[in-house]
Amino acid sequence: MLLQKRIGVISVPIHQYIPNSVPEIKKNMLEYLGVKDIEELFVDIPEMIKCKKRLRLPHPTPELQVRRNIEGLLSKNKNRNEMLTFLGAGCWPHYVPAVCDEINSRSEFLTAYTGDVYTDLGRYQALFEFQSMIGDLIAMDVVSFPTYDWATASGDATHMAVRITGRHEILVPKTMSPERLSVIKTYCQRLAEVKPINYDPITGQLDLKDLKKKISARTAAVYIENPTYLGFIETEGEEIGKIAHDNGALYIVGVEPLSLGLLTPPGEYGADIVCGEGQPLGIHMNFGGGLFSFLACRDDEQFVSVIPHRMITITSTEHEGEWGFAYTLPKRTMFAARERATTFTGTATVLWAITAAVYMSLLGPKGITELAEVIMQKAYYAMRRISEIDGVMAPIFKSPHFKEFTVNFGTDQTVSEVNKNLLKHGIQGGKDITKEFPQLGNTALYCVTEIHMKEDIDRLVAVLEDIVK
Amino acid sequence: MKNKGTTTYHAVRWREPIIYELGRKGRRGFMIPKVEPEIKAVARDAVLSIPDKMRRKTPPEWPELSEPEVVRHFIRLSQQTFGVDSGINVGVGTCTMKYNPKVNEALARSPGITGLHPLQDESTVQGILEIIYKLQEWLCEISGMDKFSFQPRGGAHAVFTNACIIRAFHKYNGELDQRDEIITTVVSHPCNAAAPASAGFKIVTLYPDEKTGCINVEALKAAVSKRTAGMMITNPYDTGIFDSNIIEYINIIHEAGGLVAIDQANANCLLGRVRIGDVGADLCHFNLHKSFSTPHGSCGPGSAPVGVKEEFAKFLPIPTVEFDGSKYYLDYDRPHSIGKVAEFHGVAQNVVRAYAWILTMGAEGLRETSEVAVLNNNYLLKKLLEIRGVSLPWGKSRPFRMQDVRLSLEKLKEETGIRIDDVNRRIVDFGVQRCFTSHEPWIVPEPFTPEPTESASKEDLDRFAEIFSRISTEAYTNPEKIKNAPHNCAISRVNLNPSSDPKKWAMTWRSYIKKHG
Amino acid sequence: MPNKKLGLIVNPIAGLGGKVGLKGTDGEAIIKRAIKLRATAVSPTRALEALRTLTYARNEFELVTYPFEMGQDVAEKCCLNSKIIGSIVKGKTTATDTKNAARDMMKLGVDLILFSGGDGTARDICEVIGGEVPVLGIPAGVKMHSAVFAINPKKAAELAISFLRGEASLREAEVMDIDEDAFRKKNKVVARLYGYLQVPYEKSLVQPIKIGSSTTMDEKSNQEAIAEYIVERMEDDCYYILCPGTTVKAIADKLGFKKTLLGVDIVKKRRMIAMDVNEEKLLKLIEGEKAKIVVSPIGGQGFIFGRGNQQISPQVIKKVGIDNIIILATENKLHSIGPGKPLLVDTGDDEINKQLSGYKRVVTGYNKEVIWKVSA
Repeated sequence: MLLQKRIGVISVPIHQYIPNSVPEIKKNMLEYLGVKDIEELFVDIPEMIKCKKRLRLPHPTPELQVRRNIEGLLSKNKNRNEMLTFLGAGCWPHYVPAVCDEINSRSEFLTAYTGDVYTDLGRYQALFEFQSMIGDLIAMDVVSFPTYDWATASGDATHMAVRITGRHEILVPKTMSPERLSVIKTYCQRLAEVKPINYDPITGQLDLKDLKKKISARTAAVYIENPTYLGFIETEGEEIGKIAHDNGALYIVGVEPLSLGLLTPPGEYGADIVCGEGQPLGIHMNFGGGLFSFLACRDDEQFVSVIPHRMITITSTEHEGEWGFAYTLPKRTMFAARERATTFTGTATVLWAITAAVYMSLLGPKGITELAEVIMQKAYYAMRRISEIDGVMAPIFKSPHFKEFTVNFGTDQTVSEVNKNLLKHGIQGGKDITKEFPQLGNTALYCVTEIHMKEDIDRLVAVLEDIVK
Repeated sequence: MKNKGTTTYHAVRWREPIIYELGRKGRRGFMIPKVEPEIKAVARDAVLSIPDKMRRKTPPEWPELSEPEVVRHFIRLSQQTFGVDSGINVGVGTCTMKYNPKVNEALARSPGITGLHPLQDESTVQGILEIIYKLQEWLCEISGMDKFSFQPRGGAHAVFTNACIIRAFHKYNGELDQRDEIITTVVSHPCNAAAPASAGFKIVTLYPDEKTGCINVEALKAAVSKRTAGMMITNPYDTGIFDSNIIEYINIIHEAGGLVAIDQANANCLLGRVRIGDVGADLCHFNLHKSFSTPHGSCGPGSAPVGVKEEFAKFLPIPTVEFDGSKYYLDYDRPHSIGKVAEFHGVAQNVVRAYAWILTMGAEGLRETSEVAVLNNNYLLKKLLEIRGVSLPWGKSRPFRMQDVRLSLEKLKEETGIRIDDVNRRIVDFGVQRCFTSHEPWIVPEPFTPEPTESASKEDLDRFAEIFSRISTEAYTNPEKIKNAPHNCAISRVNLNPSSDPKKWAMTWRSYIKKHG
Repeated sequence: MPNKKLGLIVNPIAGLGGKVGLKGTDGEAIIKRAIKLRATAVSPTRALEALRTLTYARNEFELVTYPFEMGQDVAEKCCLNSKIIGSIVKGKTTATDTKNAARDMMKLGVDLILFSGGDGTARDICEVIGGEVPVLGIPAGVKMHSAVFAINPKKAAELAISFLRGEASLREAEVMDIDEDAFRKKNKVVARLYGYLQVPYEKSLVQPIKIGSSTTMDEKSNQEAIAEYIVERMEDDCYYILCPGTTVKAIADKLGFKKTLLGVDIVKKRRMIAMDVNEEKLLKLIEGEKAKIVVSPIGGQGFIFGRGNQQISPQVIKKVGIDNIIILATENKLHSIGPGKPLLVDTGDDEINKQLSGYKRVVTGYNKEVIWKVSA
């Protein structure tokens, strides 16, 4: 490998991360064990399966070189500081306050794991504060530990609904995220059938007539996303919930948290279970690695006993006036019930939940309201300006939108061509959704947030105008 | 608070209020940039376009704090959290609490990765795709597998993914209807049962032999039938025992037409020594936040890539990362894929950290890692067995263990009434993290499972053993001190009553206010 | 204010016979003989020993007991405040009083009944309580075949406290007794199964986190899961021979009929064909037919054949076929027998015993099985 030829090879096996790699220390320890050769400790591994050759991996590399190597590779990327991006679709570019990075780089939070409340009180309290602030945001009283992402959380919600109702069908909107749909289907195999509900071609709103037609006594739950994957707001949230409940089904709502600065929280329009994507709450995109989700439900023993993650309750201690925390119904989860558990999350995304708690504390009630307004106004401005371009329509649907919207390029150019051209100008265009939604034609999904300044949007419009001509 | 515990350690004790009790009305911690007047002129109606029934009437009842208050609050909470960097964690077995190198942190936080969107044009993310692809190659070399996917975000997620691949394989061969059983062991992580059950399989669990600590081959033969879809186990087991019959198990399962998936959460002792792919395994996974030094993050985000042999690569979640000779790309054109198990492509920042770690350690370093991890574990084991009340009840016929070991305090309990939970509340008085006990069911009574990893120094091991010995002596002479522990921590004993009382539990502050006023 | 109620029943004459070589003290004639031989009552002493140990946790429970020698006396000796209920004729207590005490305590909603006595006392309590209230025995009788006793009075007290604190689990324990008539008249020792009690057990295999909901509920739902799984797979052309036990009874519950708790019932096409059959009737019914035996381990030692289900003779097993035996057990049951300890068979026929031995499948839940060793 090129790397090895250029660097100095470290051949002495003393590793800076391994205090006992000093030969003298090893000798002492082996003497204590009464063992001559360290290989004796591996006696349980059959000889014939032991590796005899050195693995074909690099030689040990000093930190200086490791940094150069990786920084060199990362410099081949164009991150959002270097390129104007309008991508969303499940992971969004928002501003991350410096305090968020400051707190989630604290080594205590970074390197802790599953200590008890006595050593890790801080972690538990931060988690409780996360649970609480999400609860206020979505108007639900029970919030669990965070999980991998919105998609897996909606899979978990489906499992809950099946367990509670004993029914095996879930109804989902045709406008939902295809990635999330794929994940729900993987989670639901052998457990529930996933049935799509139509949408109104003009407004994009869930077709209530179709919902009423397809819902039955077999339906465990109705699931909607609000705002939808295609960026608009489902205005009939309450009505959908009524239809679900009238048929004995549960109502699951998936949300984008910043929109709730302006929108009615799902807990107030009938949701039984709420999930959503927490990445906008102070976490960098990390190429998709910044995702995490929350899962919440009604404060009902039946729901709490099937929620498939751990969660903590606030409590008292032996000392009066002191706050403590404890796991709620610890026997529910995989860790006590093995195969009877509803699902299986282990190490999930706590560091992000702590970061979100910091973010929500910084914003406060006024901050989230203002932020949501700013985002919505910027997106609205972008839609108006883009629509002024001949042959381009934004948005396709006649509904209020939050931070994402569809842009249709007519029949002259494919989205792929438009995006290639945009890239030449240093702009990353919206997600090409022609394959996901062929019925919408040459359509892309654009995202505009508080990080987009007027000049950015104007620049996009100018370049698009050029391209489309 | 008085130092009743008489050790030299005391945790920071802030009695920090819940954040809802802090702040003052009107305070702001973060100013939102205002929209430009031209935007405002055009977008004045934006918010009004939301119908009234969907407009939030009152903002969330969050606390109102200024930036310094937020910082102080969370810094204090971090000070009341005990990580690998804070002190000795050798008692936390199966979690592999090794040192998280700081250069990996610096790299993982560079804008070159934090600022990337997963759907960016591939030409703009060649760097990260190359890192993912190279890490995949290295993991193949380490494991003997042919291809990896980084989509699963944690160990349990990876086991679920492998269970889905097993399903897809049998469906592809038209045998899914008759193959509906997965075999596992009670000494594997519980997700090895829960995840395949979630994927729709029937679970047959094997118990190990008390003397050897391993599964009896006859027992496996009794479990195998034409309904066997596969076997999903952890090896070495969580008890620290490497099951040397593994080759025979794999043969038995293969003969029956099933697949073998190995949970490699405990791979820290096998790095550079055993390639599970060469042994015959079909599927496996690694936990990057265990063997590969990425930080635990207070319990996530982690990352758990699944590795498969070539013939199963077609079932991997989409997209996979490929190289066509000149550029790296994401391959979505995989018709037999199981679909997606999570959104996008995985936890990229952890891929970068793991890549950096392997590069730093090199092949020699990986072998040194497994060597010292096992040496440390056996050294500590011998020291602990010299302590009164400690015993090694399972697998007595084997003198050594691998990366961790499951010990028992049953004797201590019988002779003094002190249990492992009591010891865990007392050990933290010495500035040391508690011990991991065992996943349930506790087939070893009063269990505890230390795992030093290669990061522990000899002084750490000696100190831990010394503390344990001291607590043992206390159990026989002054058990009250242990029963009433902890004494030197951030809080006193927690009241567990609300845990299972729906009238008392409160998972959110709003719920607490509703119920307790 | 303690929120747990602990019931205490002392059988004052249990254990009288042992010291003078008599088998048990059931029956007035035996008692008279024992008193004539100057036997000293053992039971009250054992009860006192247990109570003395209980005093360390006196603030955690309210003691509820019967008057005079049935509990009040020993409670007063330990200065334990207790609620006295019921009425007896001092010096002349009988099995009826034991039953009344158990009934009254159950009505009062005690969390656990601690009794001092032997198999006979256990039987009396079981007749009234069944599985409704957890019970634990302080060993004080001569006959102690039942699996409901602690090892000694001190351990009984410690286990009782553990249970009240939510740190111990419950398991199903068989109430067995020697058939006295068979013994005295024909000198044969035959243990008969009388019923089941829910008893706290020592080997804690779960983290002792305080749990609010009763573990009897957990066990019931486990048994229901097993039953659902078995019923779903019942084949129409097969006779199902349902052996004694509450785990197997759950199958009958699922199918909607009442099972003979202590006997063997036959089911086909999800309907009850015959109840409480003996070996002869069984053999006649399944002659030439396809049949499966559904059995659950009995006793703390885990016998699947040979204790309490002697109707399933070696001939029956031969006719049904070794491969047609379905073993059921909840995980709690298996763990209380002990991981590493096998299930046992003692059919009386060495060859059959051998064929039954080895590693077998045990159904432990819906879609869950374990492989467990079976030995002769």
